[in-house]
Amino acid sequence: MMDREPRPSPEAPHGGGNPVGLAHAAPAVAATAPEPATAAAVDAPLPDTAPAAGGRFPLQPLLHLDTLWIQVAGTLCNLRCTHCFVSCGPGDDHHAMMSREEVRAHVADGVRLGVKEFYFTGGEPFLHPQMLEILADTLEHGPCTVLTNGTLFTRERLEALRRLSDSARYALEIRVSLDGHRAEDHDRLRGPGSFARTVSGLARLAEYELLPIVSATESPLEDPAALFESYATMLRAAGLPRPRIKLLPMFRLGREAERTRGYTAAETLLDLPADAFDPARLQCRACRAVTSHGVFVCPLLVDEASARMGDRLEQALGPFELRHGACATCYATGMTCGNG
Amino acid sequence: MADVTRVALFGGIYSNYLALTAALRHMRRRGADVAWCLGDLGGFGPHPDRAADILRGSLVPMLRGNYDESVGLGRGDCGCGYSDPRDNRFAQLSYDYTLANTHAVHREWMKGLPEQQRLEIAGRSLLLCHGSPRQTNEFLWESACSDAFLEWLCERHQADVIACAHSGIPWHRALPSGRHVVNVGAIGRPANDGCTEVWYGELEVGADVRVEFRRVEYDVETLARDMAREALPPEFIETIRTGWWTTCLENLPAKERRRGRH
Repeated sequence: MMDREPRPSPEAPHGGGNPVGLAHAAPAVAATAPEPATAAAVDAPLPDTAPAAGGRFPLQPLLHLDTLWIQVAGTLCNLRCTHCFVSCGPGDDHHAMMSREEVRAHVADGVRLGVKEFYFTGGEPFLHPQMLEILADTLEHGPCTVLTNGTLFTRERLEALRRLSDSARYALEIRVSLDGHRAEDHDRLRGPGSFARTVSGLARLAEYELLPIVSATESPLEDPAALFESYATMLRAAGLPRPRIKLLPMFRLGREAERTRGYTAAETLLDLPADAFDPARLQCRACRAVTSHGVFVCPLLVDEASARMGDRLEQALGPFELRHGACATCYATGMTCGNG
Repeated sequence: MADVTRVALFGGIYSNYLALTAALRHMRRRGADVAWCLGDLGGFGPHPDRAADILRGSLVPMLRGNYDESVGLGRGDCGCGYSDPRDNRFAQLSYDYTLANTHAVHREWMKGLPEQQRLEIAGRSLLLCHGSPRQTNEFLWESACSDAFLEWLCERHQADVIACAHSGIPWHRALPSGRHVVNVGAIGRPANDGCTEVWYGELEVGADVRVEFRRVEYDVETLARDMAREALPPEFIETIRTGWWTTCLENLPAKERRRGRH
């Protein structure tokens, strides 16, 4: 799956920021949140309506649903990366795998809302036994990107993906996560030998002209342009003559929060003045994410009870209170988890 | 044919004054009733004032693209929003050259251009824009836009036809509702199709809407010599000589990228 980096750190600021009374508040999330998911690990009362601790967070409207994220493989992954922001791994099912029918239903909801494109994540999407069928279903309706760790590309699967890519009206993008342009950096986070396996997967994707996008985590110590060039050089040498690279910031979520630290109370958008807030900076102006537990504001916060907005997309169209440290990272960097 | 209006729409002149001259001649010969440029006069090619003089002299109106907005306002970059450092390097070279060589009178004119234009023809509403109706520098690629999204755009902006440019590769989608979205491509740079000719869009609007793309030849070698004399990057010259894009490729979806050489 994508480099899921962070998830809600235990210390992540919470509580506070009741939207009622906010100058730019539209109906609060509470007004649109349905019943909590059944038997979910995110069963906490939704949304978190704890009284404000003396401050308030900006409210982010959904301007339009451009992007629907589908955590199709749940949290099942063949790797156990030490920085995974949704804490995925072998045997992990704290978000369950989604059935082909579940995916179809969410895709149909998205189509009714005018969705532009779909992204599939996990876990590792290619562990889903019906991933190719799900992709074929969804490519009927719009462009699809699969976020993968790149270690499961058999010839048969690559041939099937190329056939899908050629026959579909819409783009099929394969996005592969790397956490270093050197094996030692990547393997430190993802396990010994994983760099070689992923780079080999990338080379095979290139051989089938599937033109994979490599997504990599930025290092605060490295200049982004230099980092970009280092990746491009490595990828060309590995047999990818047309490298496509996307850099993402690190989020202090999930296993990353345990590995280093979570967000502190100071690292949020608390008390950002309403007139200084630019709602166009955040990807949640245009996305929602679905997992087996329902609809969340974005693919990063799927382990945050307060980020769950409903069972179905129609219930998740209201504004979102930007109370999480990850929201501040998105806001500061202007990043999007999407390809663009 | 009296009840059919022929609308010629073109994007991205990119200072290619020779292609502009050829395209305007082509539109006249085809008997276009209306013509509009959907923005981006400068960038990429040589001597931006030549294209500005020709377009303004032709009285064909133009929308303000992201490039025109940046040049008009004297901003620091073209506003395409690339992240690949190589793309940014070439985009900046091209932008700095264009800004330095665009006369203040033309820059002032660019500032005052409309971002969008609505045409009401035969009971249909055509919305002309640069990138998309919601964002001047949004890239609308054929393979990256679902029908559902394009229907929403038309509905949201109350348009029977949306015509845009910005991305440089022409395409047309007749939507299930009967509405249309047309990206008219660019006349300043080939469409990454291995041909040196450039394309514009011709819409016939009457009882139906018919969309054709028209191919225009121009004097590529003269433009290449001009570009070399102005010390514009050899990569740009290669593009106009071969028809394959060599830079600013990062936003292309896999499907469109695979059709190209780079």
